[in-house]
Amino acid sequence: MATPTTPYEEMMKGLWRENPVFIQVLGMCPMLAVTNSAVNALAMGLATLFVLVGSSFLVSVMRLLIPKQVRISSYIIIIATFVTIIDYSLLALFPKIHKELGAFIPLITANCLILGRQEAFASRNGVGRAVMDAVGMSMGFLFALLALGGVREILGDGALFGINLFGPNFEPWVIMILPPGGFLTLGLILLFFNWITEKRKMQQLKFQLSAEKV
Amino acid sequence: MTDATLQNFLWIFISALLVNNFVLAYFLGLCPFLGVSGKLETSVRLGFATTFVLIITAICGWALNTYVLPHAPYLRLITFIVVIASTVQFIEMLIKKLSPSLFRSLGIFLPLITTNCAILGLAIFATNRNYGLMESFVYALGAGGGFTLALVLMAGLREESELSDVPTLIQGTAFNLIIAGILSMAFMGFAGLFNS
Repeated sequence: MATPTTPYEEMMKGLWRENPVFIQVLGMCPMLAVTNSAVNALAMGLATLFVLVGSSFLVSVMRLLIPKQVRISSYIIIIATFVTIIDYSLLALFPKIHKELGAFIPLITANCLILGRQEAFASRNGVGRAVMDAVGMSMGFLFALLALGGVREILGDGALFGINLFGPNFEPWVIMILPPGGFLTLGLILLFFNWITEKRKMQQLKFQLSAEKV
Repeated sequence: MTDATLQNFLWIFISALLVNNFVLAYFLGLCPFLGVSGKLETSVRLGFATTFVLIITAICGWALNTYVLPHAPYLRLITFIVVIASTVQFIEMLIKKLSPSLFRSLGIFLPLITTNCAILGLAIFATNRNYGLMESFVYALGAGGGFTLALVLMAGLREESELSDVPTLIQGTAFNLIIAGILSMAFMGFAGLFNS
């Protein structure tokens, strides 16, 4: 790390500048699979938040105890433990959502975003920073899930969070809630992000040029 | 539901290979799908390595599900992931010894087979459906074949697209995702195979 950062900055970077989905393209599988409605996206985002924060905390606490050679396996067992906890809690508290998400709750274990954060951040930083980083990253992930889930539900179902938006005359664009719609929507959202980044760069360039003239 | 007829095996195989393709219909294993599909040759090899891990995992998953998990159902995830991680470790050592050039070209994606959700997904789906040993094996074969097929198709398309004039703004992941969307639409056509 070049410059020391405050915990607040550590958290905010996950939301936009290093957004796990839009910028780093991690955690794609749950991203696309459960975003056919906004409610599912929200549930998945919160479950991931719990697992990521919990395992980042534990990995950071134990970072001096875990030998280097078996670190990946240790991280993944820690992650699997937290996933088991959330799996059983959801089954007990919200059986309907648990049924909707199905196999994708246990599959949070294999979300490369979570393992990536343990390897890249939690295993090298103190507890406070690791937790802040985890909160920021999972908020970024939640934001991306909601963006994708919202767009797909509005176009594919004419509703948002199950509330009908357009009335009975709306012809739903069914392909959007089917698998191809997930790929296409995410592709277009990434395109939109590229466009914004490019535009900002151009603006900075223009600013620099005009500053040089003066 | 251990229906040991040839018809049932064929159904499981074709279903996992085409109709419910792991990558294009279930969104499993997307990281290597988007990451390694740049070159045709590498993607074929990664496909085979993944298929091998899938088959071993399916067999171990069946054994665990039959003999261990009835006594401790909450250990399901942890035991599966340990089996997968150790199989991948074994394959990594094997490939490193046998073909160092392949080892280099697969790079980080070889250890990442561990977090390939297709593999954990297969173990979970197979045990959810209470597949028997042969059924699990055939299912893994179909899923691995489907994964390899999707990877190879994608790599072929991407190699072609390198020669064409793609606008700079859309290059990279956005472009790959849109290609994947069109591929996925094409695979939806296979859904008609069984309903009629």
